Amino acid sequence: MIFDLLIFVLIGIGLFFNLLAGIGLLRFPDVYTRLHAGTKCTTFGSIFLIGSVVCIGLNMWWENDANGSVLAIHSAVALIAILLTNPVGAHAIARAAHRSGIQPVGAVIDELAERPAKTAPESKKGGD
Amino acid sequence: MIDLNTTFLLVVIALVLCIVLALIRVFRGPTAPDRAVGVDTINTMVIVGMVAYGAAFQEVIYIDVAIVYALLSFISTLFIAKYLEGGEF
Repeated sequence: MIFDLLIFVLIGIGLFFNLLAGIGLLRFPDVYTRLHAGTKCTTFGSIFLIGSVVCIGLNMWWENDANGSVLAIHSAVALIAILLTNPVGAHAIARAAHRSGIQPVGAVIDELAERPAKTAPESKKGGD
Repeated sequence: MIDLNTTFLLVVIALVLCIVLALIRVFRGPTAPDRAVGVDTINTMVIVGMVAYGAAFQEVIYIDVAIVYALLSFISTLFIAKYLEGGEF
């Protein structure tokens, strides 16, 4: 009974955050803010959804079903793959958007573009 | 014990609704990075949907497909970003 409640709570939190990701993608005004909604919310929601599958697999393993341990371990590997690859992809898209010249909505100055490209050799010369 | 089949099929249907919301952004997006963000979001939701589908039918092979899909979509996202950046490959 407690276990069923745990599974339903995990699924509810995960689906809520995935729905927030979809609504945020539609409502935010900008590429960078849409990246916040589309990446962070889906990562956080998938932690809970796959966590519920892992809990079910561990429960099946506890009740002497050998299929449950395989289910839990493979789901955990899929979760680790999502956790490692999702932030890297979001960072790559944000850097590509900035370098292709898209400014955030309401931005006044762009300090990243105003920075000199290679400052390291000149700062070495300044020591003399 | 809860009914795994019904519960996780409902989870898959809810995820499909979220995918439709992200797909509207892919069609409407004003710039190319907007569409890339939408595709990246859809990829993550498809991975979670595959894991839920494997849990619904107690088939581990679907979850293996989800792992391979996660790694391949990561590579494709990196190459789309590299293309949008306009640099040399």
